[in-house]
Amino acid sequence: MKILYFAWVRERIGREAEEIELPGDVRTVGDLAAFLATRGEGYAHAFENPKVVRAALDRTHARPDTPLGTAREIAFFPPMTGG
Amino acid sequence: MSTAPLFTVRIQAEDFDAATEAAALTRGRTDIGAVVTFAGLCRADDAPGGAPLIALTLEHYPGMAEEEMARLVEEARARWPLTGATVIHRYGRMVPGDNIVLVVTASSHRAAAFEAAAFLMDWLKTRAPFWKMEEREQERSWVAAKESDDDAAERWG
Repeated sequence: MKILYFAWVRERIGREAEEIELPGDVRTVGDLAAFLATRGEGYAHAFENPKVVRAALDRTHARPDTPLGTAREIAFFPPMTGG
Repeated sequence: MSTAPLFTVRIQAEDFDAATEAAALTRGRTDIGAVVTFAGLCRADDAPGGAPLIALTLEHYPGMAEEEMARLVEEARARWPLTGATVIHRYGRMVPGDNIVLVVTASSHRAAAFEAAAFLMDWLKTRAPFWKMEEREQERSWVAAKESDDDAAERWG
């Protein structure tokens, strides 16, 4: 699955995007965030407070309990501050 | 001239001209009674006593930003009888005084145009994937989301 990171999530992890083979027990957006948090110090820092990390599945806002299903792209980012 | 509704969403690095965009929504038409134009600008400072703001850098999610803004315009069209709307959001580095965002709404009557413009801005702030980084002397930091923006978005239900 293609994973994208933006703003301080990107900076903490140290990359903009990556392709990851997901373990079988990762079924939801929240599962994936928890899995990513175990991948190293930068990831742990990015996901230290999961409540402030938002996600979009195939470019549509998603919630922690949203199933990943057959989505091809997921993005993690802080709450938005545009406008 | 066509009287088909005009709905446009753009993400761009370049500046925009609010008057030109508003004129494009009404050109050749006689059924529009109200046009509301809102422009959001880069403001010099927020923090009294703090280091002055040098610039804001807007990061965005290129694939999603346009799609999400189009969804917000669709939502506005479902709620108000609009004859047109233009939403433009810039990305990149802005200095105080620069334009950041533009919302133009057109309708037969003013209530729809006013309300739809406020709705679009409120939802855009909390749903469009853009992030602001502040640059001040000797420091840079990501702008934190404001609860007041969430409250403003939620009032529309």
